[in-house]
Amino acid sequence: MDEHESPELTEDEKRLFANLMPEDLNEILDTGVNRRHFLKLMTLAGGGILAAQSAVAEQLLTRPSNVPSPTELAPFSLDNAVNVSFKVNGTARKLTVDSRMTLLDALRERLDLTGSKKGCDHGQCGACTVIVNGHRVLSCLTLTASCEGKTVQTIEGLAQNDTLHPVQEAFLKHDGFQCGFCTPGQICSAVAMLDEAKKGQASYVTENVRQTTGPAKLSNEEIRERMSGNICRCGAYPNIVAAIQEVYSGKPVEQIFRSV
Amino acid sequence: MRPFTYTRATDVASAIRLLSQNPNARFLAGGTNLLDLMKEDVERPNTLIDISELGLTDIKSIASGSNKGGISLGGLGKNTDAANHPLVRQHYPLLTQAILAGASGQLRNMATNGGNLLQRTRCPYFYEVAMPCNKREPGTGCGAKDGINRMHAIFGWSDQCVAVYPSDMAVALAALDAVVTVRNASGQERRIPILDFHRLPDNQPEKDTNLVHGELITAIELPQNRLADKSYYLKVRDRASYAFALVSVAAALETEGNTIKQARIAMGGVAHKPWRSLKAEAMLVGKEATEANFKQAADAVMADAKPLAHNAFKVELGNRSIVLALQMAMKGSKI
Repeated sequence: MDEHESPELTEDEKRLFANLMPEDLNEILDTGVNRRHFLKLMTLAGGGILAAQSAVAEQLLTRPSNVPSPTELAPFSLDNAVNVSFKVNGTARKLTVDSRMTLLDALRERLDLTGSKKGCDHGQCGACTVIVNGHRVLSCLTLTASCEGKTVQTIEGLAQNDTLHPVQEAFLKHDGFQCGFCTPGQICSAVAMLDEAKKGQASYVTENVRQTTGPAKLSNEEIRERMSGNICRCGAYPNIVAAIQEVYSGKPVEQIFRSV
Repeated sequence: MRPFTYTRATDVASAIRLLSQNPNARFLAGGTNLLDLMKEDVERPNTLIDISELGLTDIKSIASGSNKGGISLGGLGKNTDAANHPLVRQHYPLLTQAILAGASGQLRNMATNGGNLLQRTRCPYFYEVAMPCNKREPGTGCGAKDGINRMHAIFGWSDQCVAVYPSDMAVALAALDAVVTVRNASGQERRIPILDFHRLPDNQPEKDTNLVHGELITAIELPQNRLADKSYYLKVRDRASYAFALVSVAAALETEGNTIKQARIAMGGVAHKPWRSLKAEAMLVGKEATEANFKQAADAVMADAKPLAHNAFKVELGNRSIVLALQMAMKGSKI
């Protein structure tokens, strides 16, 4: 959409702009609401000034805006541009990125997939965990440039239409979060971890690593060790473990807040 | 992060050539340590050569040569795959445990075997570019020696550097007499015993290893041994998981009845390289596998310790950890 091509303003909206941004009214009537006006309005809304006119403001803010979505932004001239074709949540994507751009930043800033979170950005918290070629990895320590031909699955790609992934369902049922910031990483990590266990992978707390037949048995201790790369600062760990244990065992699980 | 050019290497020979032509180029494999250090402005390469698609991931039995009957791990294989390969779990459970004691599931899925060996210290003075650090910037001094040095070395440090080497995998490799094979730009292979791979800081702490710029780690070889029945990797840290070691011990024994025929003791978190004690190992040979004898061996290891202002606790902790690791090795199971 062209920046200055804007739907006609209603009378209510005109009054709103006349009240809030009289210095811009003529420009708005002349050329429509542009990005600068929109941002100004957002700032005022953030300050609570719009409370009185909330109905009108809400209507305006929820209307398709003139701010281009991240994918539409033309690439700036890049000194070290790298072309990457990869698949994200089943959709083929082509990007031209700065060689420094991490997969996390590409997902969030270029593909508008903001489910994966930037917690520490140094590989210490797990909030950015995504599944690449079937393996859980940290997208903050992965260069987008190195993803050529790879398949990326993020939290946005786990549900099948309206049906949540069983791990998502279990996190809801068991309240596996408080603030929710680590949750997308926790869930992606858990989904891939259950797959690792199915393949029989061991952990540091596995009783006898020399036994290599069949899937790994997941005690709560095993789940805690295998999920230790995902930090939850709200401390929802008992609920997270219960949620994962329920998906693993297929049986309802009670939360245990103390291991005895 | 500073700008760099990114190149996807298509074969081993050209990757090595590209690296050797540019002193400011680095190989990119798992990237888990390198990218972090680049974000912190500690590493400042102008070129990254991505070697992650070059193969060199095989894990196989060695059919001939000095390590015949042992196994070879591809330098670019992932840590997860090395830890979980049936040959490794069956014959080198010590290595499986050590790898699984390190980092997190996500990081082990990314990190390669060669890259693990090349991890740099997590000394906070090395990471913080506003601090003096001879390893990061030779000649600026050591912030840790008279600073906060709780996590630092008790063995083999110098006035120039008191940092410790962080890898768990390498501690097990040290106990297992691994050999690192590397290739250079002329296509020549070099075989470096693991104990000669990393170095003590002396007055060149900027050099972590004896690798030469332009060499690529192609494989890590493990000789055959009789230690698989009785081995254990014990890692002691500030939290139960996902933390670097305060002290770690790779212990392995071969016994006949209760008599020790062979012993291996290597420590992590205590020096600028994996700290193997041949002296203590020799003391155990021919002795009974008892707590008293384990304690004597532990005392012998720790006799050389020179703790700093804040890490004297590592001497007692290391002593007890050696005894416990040897006891666990005798049981052949987890704590």
